[in-house]
Amino acid sequence: MTHATRGDPSKGTQGGKAPRTLHLAARLERNPGMPLDLESLQRLRVNRSAVERRAATIPTRRTVKREWQAAWLLRAITCLDLTTLAGDDTGHTVRRLCAKARQPLRQDLLEALGVTHLEIKAAAVCVYHRHVATAVEALAGSGIPVVAVSAGFPAGLSAFSQQLDEIHASLQAGAREIDVVITRAHALRGDWETLYEELRAFRQACGDALMKVILATGELATLSNVARASRVALMAGADFIKTSTGREPVNATLPVGIVMVRAIRDYLEQTGVATGFKPAGGIRTAKSALSWLYLMKEEMDDRWLRPELFRIGASRLLSDIERQLEHFVTGRYSAAHRHPMI
Amino acid sequence: MSTVPEIFETMEYGPAPESDAAALSWIKQRGGQFGLFIGGQWVKAESGQSYDSVNPATTEPLARISQAGGADVAAAVQAARAAFPNWSSVPGHARARHLYALGRAVQKHSRLLAVLESLDNGKPIRETRDLDIPLVARHFYHHAGWSQLLETEFTGYVPVGVVGQIIPWNFPLLMVAWKVAPALAAGNTVVLKPAEFTPLTALAFAEITRDAGLPHGVFNVVTGDGETGKLLVEHPDVDKIAFTGSTEVGRFIRHATAGSGKRLILELGGKSPFVVFDDADLDSVVEGVVDAIWFNQGQVCCAGSRLLVHEGIAERLLDKLRARMEKLRVGPPQDKAVDMGAIVAPVQLERIRELVNRGVEEGAAMWQPSWACPTEGYFYPPTLFTNVSPAATIAQVEIFGPVLVSMTFRTPAEAVELANNTTYGLAASVWTENMNLALDIAPRIKAGVVWINSTNLFDAASGFGGYRESGFGREGGREGMWEYLRPDWEEGAGSAERAPQARPERQAGTATEPLSAPGSPLPQVDRTYKMFIGGKQCRPDSGYSRTVRTPDGQRLSEVGEGNRKDIRNAVEAAHAAAAWGRDSSHYRAQILYYVAENLSPRTDEFARLIHAMTRCGAEAARHEVEASISRLFTYAAWADKYDGAVHDVPLRGVTLAMNEPIGVMGLVAPDEYPLLGFISLVAPAIAVGNRVVAVPSEVHPVAAAELYSVLETSDLPAGVVNIVTGSKDTLTKVLAEHADVEGVWFFGSADGASEVERASASNLKRTWVDTRLRDWFDVRQGEGREFLREATQVKNIWIPYGE
Repeated sequence: MTHATRGDPSKGTQGGKAPRTLHLAARLERNPGMPLDLESLQRLRVNRSAVERRAATIPTRRTVKREWQAAWLLRAITCLDLTTLAGDDTGHTVRRLCAKARQPLRQDLLEALGVTHLEIKAAAVCVYHRHVATAVEALAGSGIPVVAVSAGFPAGLSAFSQQLDEIHASLQAGAREIDVVITRAHALRGDWETLYEELRAFRQACGDALMKVILATGELATLSNVARASRVALMAGADFIKTSTGREPVNATLPVGIVMVRAIRDYLEQTGVATGFKPAGGIRTAKSALSWLYLMKEEMDDRWLRPELFRIGASRLLSDIERQLEHFVTGRYSAAHRHPMI
Repeated sequence: MSTVPEIFETMEYGPAPESDAAALSWIKQRGGQFGLFIGGQWVKAESGQSYDSVNPATTEPLARISQAGGADVAAAVQAARAAFPNWSSVPGHARARHLYALGRAVQKHSRLLAVLESLDNGKPIRETRDLDIPLVARHFYHHAGWSQLLETEFTGYVPVGVVGQIIPWNFPLLMVAWKVAPALAAGNTVVLKPAEFTPLTALAFAEITRDAGLPHGVFNVVTGDGETGKLLVEHPDVDKIAFTGSTEVGRFIRHATAGSGKRLILELGGKSPFVVFDDADLDSVVEGVVDAIWFNQGQVCCAGSRLLVHEGIAERLLDKLRARMEKLRVGPPQDKAVDMGAIVAPVQLERIRELVNRGVEEGAAMWQPSWACPTEGYFYPPTLFTNVSPAATIAQVEIFGPVLVSMTFRTPAEAVELANNTTYGLAASVWTENMNLALDIAPRIKAGVVWINSTNLFDAASGFGGYRESGFGREGGREGMWEYLRPDWEEGAGSAERAPQARPERQAGTATEPLSAPGSPLPQVDRTYKMFIGGKQCRPDSGYSRTVRTPDGQRLSEVGEGNRKDIRNAVEAAHAAAAWGRDSSHYRAQILYYVAENLSPRTDEFARLIHAMTRCGAEAARHEVEASISRLFTYAAWADKYDGAVHDVPLRGVTLAMNEPIGVMGLVAPDEYPLLGFISLVAPAIAVGNRVVAVPSEVHPVAAAELYSVLETSDLPAGVVNIVTGSKDTLTKVLAEHADVEGVWFFGSADGASEVERASASNLKRTWVDTRLRDWFDVRQGEGREFLREATQVKNIWIPYGE
C-alpha cells in the first residue's frame, strides 16, 4: 500500500511517479502480544469524572486554522477506513466506495491545495466479508487494503469455529486487515482469561493480516471495563484497538478514546511495541475528526497521526471534510452535492 | 509561511488567534483612557494622576487608567452611601431583577469581556472564554436568586452598608463577580478597587451596570495602585472591607481596620497541597496537575503548588508529568491553542525567577520542558522541582507562578502532616480511587476547599475561602451571603457601646447575702479559685492572686492572677484535647446536657455568687443561673443539628459544605452577666468541637471560676475548657498574639477589641469582637446561629463521582 507521507518530501513523488509501496507489516513491528497479566488489570484505575474533564478540553485547548486546518483534514483522509456496512450494500455500491477511497477529493481542490503530489487517498476500505472480493478487485493497484469486519460482527455471538472460519475466508478473499469483535459477555463478567484466549485464537487466524479488535465500548458499561478490555486485547496481540462497531447505543466518544489510548501508551511503555487506535462510529464532522487528531497528538505523539497507527472508521465523514476543504480554497461555504458521492 | 503540503508532513499546530480588533476598538472608542466610575458617571480623577495598563504579552500599553486619590475615594464612598438607603430598602425582587440583568449583560458581551481580560492579564483566551466569563454570569444569576429569597431566607438580617472591595489581578472580572454579586444581592452598595495591573474588565463592567440601569451609586469603581486601596481601607464611612490578594496585604488591612468596627473578609494566599495516593488514576492525576498549577500560569491563590506523592509511585508519576509538560504550549494569550499565556507583569516574573533560583541554590532539582518560551512579553515556562524538602523556601513560600514542587510521603498520616505543614490553608486536592481514604483525609486537611480527584473547580453555589493565614470569610453559596449581612437587632444596639472598663448597669440589689450559710458558728472554709487547665485545678504560674470585690468594695474572694505562661499551658492543653473535635456530636451534646444537669442542683449557690459579685438581686441572680442552664441546653440541642449542606453545583457529584470547628479558641467573656455571658461563649464554641481557653470577666470572675467544679463532675474531657482568670487586657493580648490560637472572641471595650484585632494580624486568626452591650437573656442576641457560625468555618469538599 501507499503512504507517500512517510517519505522525505524532498525526495518527492511529484510528477505521478510510481508510488512507493510498502506493506504495513513490513514496516511496523507487529504486536506479538504477551502473556495475560491479570495483576496489571487489577491495578488499573480510571477516574471517569477526571477523564471526562480531560476529554472536554481536548477540543477547546487545541484548534487548527487556515492552512493548518486544511493540512490536518487531508491527514484525516489518509487515516480514514472508509466504511460501508449496510445490509443493502451491493457490488455496485462497494465499487463506488472504492472509487472514492482512491480519489477522495476533487482534482481541482487537490490542485488548489497544491497537494496533487501527495496522492491523498483513504487508508483502507472496510466491508463485510461478502464484499471483500469485490473491494479487492476495485482497489487493485491502488495499494489500499481491504478490511473485513469479522468474527460474527457486530454482536460477536457466532459459533467460535464460524468466527475463525470467517476470518480465514476473508483472508482468502484478499482482505489484508481484519476487524474482529469481542464477546462482550467475557468483559462484563470479568472473564479476562477467556477473552484473552479468544483473541489469541483470532490473532493466530489473522496470520500476516492486521488485527483490529473492536471493544464495542458502548456495551462495556464502564470506563474501567474499557481500560481492562483494551489491555487484554493488546496482550492478546491486537495491532489496533477499535472503539465500536457503529451498532452499539453509544459510539466512539473522546472519554473512551482517552482510556483506550492510555492503554496503548502503557503497553508501549511496558513492551516497547507501538499499537494503533481506531475510533469508529458516529464521527461525521470534520471538526470531530480534528478532535480525534488532537487527542492522538496530545496523548500519544505524531506517529499516531498516520495510518500505520491511527484510523478513523467512518462513512459520511469524508463528505464534510470535502466541504470544509472547498471552503478553505474558495472562502465560500460549500454544499454536499458539489462533491462526488460515495 | 507554511504551506499545506509542508504542514501535512510536520503536523504542527499553527497560529489560531482570536481577533483582538473589537476589544481594541472598544478601548479606542473611549479615547484610550478611563476615568473613575462614581455615582453612575464617568468622572475625571481629582488627583490628576494616571498610569498605563499594559498588555503583558507584548509589553504595549493598552489604555490610560486614572489613579484615584483621597478626594476620589471619598467621592465614591459618598456616592455609595447616598445610594444605600434606597438600594437596601427596595424589595429583594427588585434587586434580583437588576442582578439578573447584569448576568444577562455579561453573557451578551461575553466575547468582548473575554478578549479584554486576556489582553489585560495575559491569560489564555481559552480560559477567559470557557471559565472566567461563564462563571461571572453564573455568579450574577445565582445571587439574583439570593436577592429574590433574601427576606425569607435571611429573616432578621440587614445589609452591612457600604462595602469597599479590593480585588487582585489574577481573575480580574471573576473577582468582581465574586465580590459584587453577593454584596449587591444582600442590599449593600459597593466601591470597588480593581487591581492596578488589570482594571479594564472592571471598567467595562461598570459600563455594563450603567447600561443595565443599575441605580447610580450602587456600584462605583476607583482605579489605582495600592495607595488607592489603602485610602479605601482607611475611609471612615466604609462598613466592610472585602479583600482578595496577598497575605502580606491582608495582614496590613487587618492592622489598618483594627478597632474601626469595619467588618472584614480576607481571601489570601496559599500553598495548596496536591496529594496523590498510590491507588490514584495517575494519567488523570497528571491532567489534574496541569489544571492545578499551569492554569492561569499558576497565578492562582488556590493553585495546587505542592505535589505530595506516595513514595511508591513518585517516579512513575513524575515521568508521566514530564512527558505531559513537553506537550504544554506557551504562547500569545489570544491564541486559541495555547495552554499558558503571559505572566501579568515584570515584577511578578522577577519574583518567580528569584524563587526558582533560590530553589536551585537550596539544592532542589529543577526541570523544564525542552521547548522555549516566547522571548517578547513576560513568559515563564512550566517548571517542576523534585528532591524538595519541606524546609526549602520553594516548599513554603507562595510562588504564584507555574512552578510545582514535589515531595513524597509514606503513609496517609504523613501525607496529612505534610499537607498541613504550612501557614496557609486555602485549598487541597486529594487523589485516590478509595472513597474511604478520600473521605478520611479531606476533613483532616486544614483548608477551606478540598477537591477529591479534581482541582480548581469553582461555582457560585459553593463557598470559597481559607483556613489559617489564607484568610477568613467565604464567597459563594449561602455561607457567602452571611458575610454581607448583619443581625437587625444591632441597629439600635450600636448606641449602647461600652465605655472602657465600664461596670455594667445592674439593678442595685438590696439583700446582702453572705457566701456561707447564715448563722453558722464556724468560720467559713476558705475557697480558693484556681486556674482550670487540662482538666486540672492549677495554681497561677505567677504565684499571685487578685482580690475580687463586691460593687461596694467589700472583699469577696481571691482568684488566681493568670499570666502568659498560664495561657501558654492552657493553649497546649487545649491542643492536646483535639479528639473533642472528632468525637461525635451526640457525645458532645451529652456532655453539655450533663454540665447543665450538674449545674442545676447548685442553682442557689451560683445565684449567691452572682449576687455577691454584682449585687444584682437574688431573683435576678437566680434567673441568670437558670438562663445559663437553658443556654447549655440550647447548645446541647444544637450540637448534633448544626449540619452542613450539600451544595447543588453543576457537576455530577456532591459538594459537601461541612461546618468544622475553628480549633483552639480564646474566649474573653463580657463583664455583664458573669455566668450567663461566660457560658454563652463557651457552650457554642465547644458544642461544635472547639477547645477553648476562656477568660472570665475580670471584675466578676468567681461564678465562672467556680464552674470548673461543675465541669469536673460532668465527664468533660480534660483540656476542652480551660479557664484562666486575671487581667482581661493582659490575658487577651497573649491569646490574640498566640500563633497556635486560631480564633478569639472578645466581648468588652472598644480599646480591647481594637487590640484583639490588631494582634490577630500576626497569624490572621479569626476574631469576633463585640463592643455593644448585648441583652444576653434575649435569645436572638444571646444565642443561636450567629454564635455557631462564628465558632465554625465551612469546608467545601468537592466529590465528583461516576464509574
